[in-house]
Amino acid sequence: MAEMTIKKQRPKNLDLTTIKLPLPGKVSILHRVSGVGLFLCLPVLLWLFGASLGSPETFAAFKAVAGMWPVKVVLAGLLWAFVHHFCAGIRFLLLDMHVGIEKQAARKSSAVVFAVSIPLTLVLWGILL
Amino acid sequence: MINRIVVGAHYGLRDWIAQRATAVIMAIYSVLLVAVLLLVRPATFEAWQAVFANGLMKFLTFLFFVSLFYHAWIGVRDLWMDYVKPTGVRLSLHVLTISLLVGYTAWAAAILWRL
Repeated sequence: MAEMTIKKQRPKNLDLTTIKLPLPGKVSILHRVSGVGLFLCLPVLLWLFGASLGSPETFAAFKAVAGMWPVKVVLAGLLWAFVHHFCAGIRFLLLDMHVGIEKQAARKSSAVVFAVSIPLTLVLWGILL
Repeated sequence: MINRIVVGAHYGLRDWIAQRATAVIMAIYSVLLVAVLLLVRPATFEAWQAVFANGLMKFLTFLFFVSLFYHAWIGVRDLWMDYVKPTGVRLSLHVLTISLLVGYTAWAAAILWRL
């Protein structure tokens, strides 16, 4: 019986240009995208962290590299990725604990993720970089 | 009569919990780090180095890195499982991901224990 329900043909649309995601869907896919971005940049971040702590010479090299504007743009992107992943992650943890799983509440909390993550990125950018 | 067919290695729940536990560790560390930086405001190389040379901070930072790499393993593995179907390619990507993350762990340890 279970197999029969699963095998039932359902309408399927995987055309990315016609799919319009609701806000929680956007939070979800950006959670994945930001995670991938952070993962791919791990060697860069580890290099920067190591250089900043190595010696006065490598610290100067770290400052010079981190001060270049293309690097600054990438670091700003990574900072956003981290903050978004952080905020969306807390939302997912709450959903796991069955907090706000109703449709309206879930839509609202996904809006809160953006309302917090974007200003927080800017504030941290101002403080840290 | 129960007709449930039990399959799989049952690593799903363990990884699910590990992903969340590592997330909580990283979240707490991130807030702590921002607080420490706002409190100490390290402006020079010596001050910046001293923040991470502190024994507790060194331990917590390494814990953060290990959590990060374990968390990244589960996340990236899910990605390969979602998008890469040929078993050989998927297995190779799994091995590559693990190799990178094990290497990063050693790298992070080397950075911190030079201090």
